Amino acid sequence: MKSLLSLAAAVWLTGLTLFAAPAASPPLAAGDLILATTTSLKDSGLLDVLLPCFEAASSYRVKAIAVGSGEALRMGEQGNADVLIVHSPADEEKFMAAGFGKDRKELMTNDFVLVGPSADPAGIRGRPVLDALRAVFETGAVFLSRSDSSGTDKKERSLWKRAGLEPKGRWYLETGQGMAETLRIASEKAGYTLTDRGTFLSLTGRLDLRVLVEGDKDLLNVYHVITVNPKRFPETNISGAEALMDFLMSPAVQTFIGQFGRDKYGAALFTPSLMGPGDGPKR
Amino acid sequence: MDMIWTGIVKAVDMLVSFDREIFSIAWMTVKITGVATLIGLCVGIPAGLGLSVSRFPGRRLIIALINTGMGLPPVVVGLFVALFLWRMGPLGSLHLIYTPAAMVIAQVLIVVPIIAGLSLAAFQNVDPSALLQARALGASKTQALLVVLKESRLPQMAAVMAGFGGAISEVGAVLMVGGNITGQTRVLTTAIVQETRMGRFEVAIALSLVLLVLSFAVNAFLTYIQQKGALEWRLHTWK
Repeated sequence: MKSLLSLAAAVWLTGLTLFAAPAASPPLAAGDLILATTTSLKDSGLLDVLLPCFEAASSYRVKAIAVGSGEALRMGEQGNADVLIVHSPADEEKFMAAGFGKDRKELMTNDFVLVGPSADPAGIRGRPVLDALRAVFETGAVFLSRSDSSGTDKKERSLWKRAGLEPKGRWYLETGQGMAETLRIASEKAGYTLTDRGTFLSLTGRLDLRVLVEGDKDLLNVYHVITVNPKRFPETNISGAEALMDFLMSPAVQTFIGQFGRDKYGAALFTPSLMGPGDGPKR
Repeated sequence: MDMIWTGIVKAVDMLVSFDREIFSIAWMTVKITGVATLIGLCVGIPAGLGLSVSRFPGRRLIIALINTGMGLPPVVVGLFVALFLWRMGPLGSLHLIYTPAAMVIAQVLIVVPIIAGLSLAAFQNVDPSALLQARALGASKTQALLVVLKESRLPQMAAVMAGFGGAISEVGAVLMVGGNITGQTRVLTTAIVQETRMGRFEVAIALSLVLLVLSFAVNAFLTYIQQKGALEWRLHTWK
């Protein structure tokens, strides 16, 4: 954690000249800012590094509330949050179309992976994800589902649907909890589950699970940052939300995201969207 | 078994080296639960006293409500406090959601029925002849109430301990209205949940030890006062 902080400080200081000059000097608009985000992002530890830097540079105080993407979007729909970081693209598009959001920008990506016990009773190792789900279904191996309307849960449901299956039965366990709890339960029950790579990596060494299916194009996990529309909810802190969005999209922070986790887990947890390797401009 | 042992060793290590984060979380817990218990005292004991000496229509209904409230599920309290305090809720303009103040409000709602209910029972157990005697000896109404308060101080202490214990050990409500924000609204119970789900058991164990020690220290202190009172009372009546 200390090395992460010092890394953050270094990146932040180099980026500060770029970023803080316009943000910190003229209006020191203070205030609380509610960020509704996904449990997977909060559990990764990325926000614990980034938010203190943002607070120091801007005089806003961020309250990061970890909920599922579904609930985060609902908080936005009710004006109970100022800015969202979510990963449920279909729902986000509905949210924007209904006018609840002002701006939506692609922040970063990582990927989903299917994890399970190294014994792999359903034999899914290395198979395409839809085949792997069919194998789990047919063998009735234990599968843990978030079932909490989170982005990961939505992804899992869409995958089952595309595989033409309706998961049900004693083998299909719905936890209703966050990613870290669900991974822990999967580890204890020697079951399979779908997880974002970031959360899984951040729990390295604490779980008896292996990555069995990865790299499928169906498994891309995209995080967007969305500011809640002030025309709809005048109460929201739009200046703070935009400052945080600009901060997250700034080159210094994007570079930092691309490094985050490398020292600790041997691989970065996320690929920043502005400077992903070989990523052209998106949309 | 190995994991539990190394966890405990690491936890003790963190405690002995005064891990700053753990102690700032503990301090936040003491502040929030302390304030909530104090408010609970100021509301609960007068309420119990008032209900024990007065008679008015609806009194039994109120007592029944308080007794139900003693077992109020904290998550229900958390849900309703959150619904009221959310920005678009009726009290949203106060900007209290996800602050320590919101956590105090939730804990007060949990603590008040516990203290009021137990203190009502304590007052009703005071020998009515004590009150009569006091009045007969020319005590004013206020003085008589003070006699009741003094006679029942031992069970009153138990009421305070139960209230404090209920508040400090509660996790559902403070999580919902506080949000478990690092450095702002993280308390021992919500931190224990967070660390357990992250698999950092040694930190969770260290936090649990702090919670147990805190709870023990407060209860030991209150018990000391209570038993000291009890001893004096015994010696006094023995003569």
